[in-house]
Amino acid sequence: MKYVALVYYQESIINSMTEKEWHDLNQECIAGVERLTDQGKFVTGQPLQPIETATTVRVRDGEVLISDGPFAETKEQLAGFYLLDANDLNEALQLAGRIPPARFGSIEVRPVRELPPKD
Amino acid sequence: MNIDKHLNNIYRQQSRRVQATLIRLLGDFDLAEEAMQEAFTAAIKQWPEQGIPDNPAAWLIKTGHRRGIDHIRRRQTASHNLSRVAEDEPYTSEPDTDHIDDDLLRLIFTCCHPGLAVEAQLALTLREICGLTTEQVASALLQKPATTAQRIVRAKRKIRDAGIPYEVPEHRELPERLESVLKVIYLIFNEGYSSSRGDTVVNVSLASEAIRLARLLAELLPEGEVFGLLALMLLHDSRRNARQDANGDLITLEEQDRKLWDHGQIRSGLAWLEQALQLAPTGAYTLQASIAAAHAEATSTDNTDWARIARLYEALYRQTPSPVIALNHAVAVAMRDTPEEGLKLLDQLTGHKAIQNYYLFHAARADLFRRSGDLPAAKTAYQRALALTQQGPEQRFLNQRLTDLDNAR
Repeated sequence: MKYVALVYYQESIINSMTEKEWHDLNQECIAGVERLTDQGKFVTGQPLQPIETATTVRVRDGEVLISDGPFAETKEQLAGFYLLDANDLNEALQLAGRIPPARFGSIEVRPVRELPPKD
Repeated sequence: MNIDKHLNNIYRQQSRRVQATLIRLLGDFDLAEEAMQEAFTAAIKQWPEQGIPDNPAAWLIKTGHRRGIDHIRRRQTASHNLSRVAEDEPYTSEPDTDHIDDDLLRLIFTCCHPGLAVEAQLALTLREICGLTTEQVASALLQKPATTAQRIVRAKRKIRDAGIPYEVPEHRELPERLESVLKVIYLIFNEGYSSSRGDTVVNVSLASEAIRLARLLAELLPEGEVFGLLALMLLHDSRRNARQDANGDLITLEEQDRKLWDHGQIRSGLAWLEQALQLAPTGAYTLQASIAAAHAEATSTDNTDWARIARLYEALYRQTPSPVIALNHAVAVAMRDTPEEGLKLLDQLTGHKAIQNYYLFHAARADLFRRSGDLPAAKTAYQRALALTQQGPEQRFLNQRLTDLDNAR
């Protein structure tokens, strides 16, 4: 089964990191992706730029609405995602538990939904 | 033997196991239940003519499996959709019936998966492992049947859609996942032992369901903490008949008629504790069972080994430093030494916000003030405790204590 692991954390934690801590965290993530790839579990994934770079698009009544943000009141912000190939939820949770930001943020694990066949 | 009676026995003893295996084979809770019912219906028809098979459970699984596959095929013909289950399970394969106990254990871990809400874990476990009906589960958990039914449906959907597997966790994950299973069993027990609302403190059926579950688990997975939890529940439950008077009012451990304790159950609890203590490391349930055992082995409060109990609470606090355990430790110290020593320890806890709102904290303080002869302080603390509990029997107990205080003056 394919699972998406959505990585959330408080960006303020990252902002208060030293140069060295930030560097080490990135290296740890790179090593993690390498390990997942070697195990054949990594489909794709990417870290994201901070929330202030986000732009939201909505279409209402045929009109395209663009806005800055979201700057939701939520404490944690989406920071990246992994698309994992796991046998079941237990394996997906095991893999997600080794994503470094799990230590200070949270990882939401969800099975992907396959679209129905094209008509 | 009368064949109906025989079938009834098989249903009681084997239906959960048969269904657990059918869930593995068919990959669907509801389909498995339907298939199991059909297999029993077939047995009622066929066994009187053909005789009872040598291995009734295996017969029921094979029959149920065939019925289940038939259902899947009919659905497929109707929708032209290929199902995963049917791909995995060609019609001709004979199901493996040698490991049906493993299937039941797998099912326990699935129902108690931490990815499900705790309420859903409770409902699902009672429904699927204990075999209660949805209505029975609802009434036991003091919920509306519709709420319970919805919880169960949602939980089953999450199991299917999120891919919660049907397996016993591997060794590395076992301790953590077992904790989740034990927590569910203990919650079921406590829900029965001290229902959080309503007027009767003891709901016999849930407590015995929890004990039955723990016995089953002890058979399937002989781990120290499984034995420890079973011992703990047996020892607590042994006081069932002494815990309340005819009016449903609470009787403290000190004032309980120990002749009313179920001594057979105490012996059984002590035996399981013995087994638990042989397996390292000694976990929290085993420590709590040891405390319950210290009470069970004493003939009165006075000759209770309070030094041992205080030591056990200390050990428990080292594992789980919770204010509630500190509270119990303080009470044990008061009984070992003097009420004043206990009050000193309780005073150290007043900084904890949660414990300030915990009625037992104030009830314990009140009791120690009473024992030390400080009646006005006792009265204030009893009143504080009274304001913090919603349970009928507890309220009546605290009111009685207040009346006693007034009479003592």
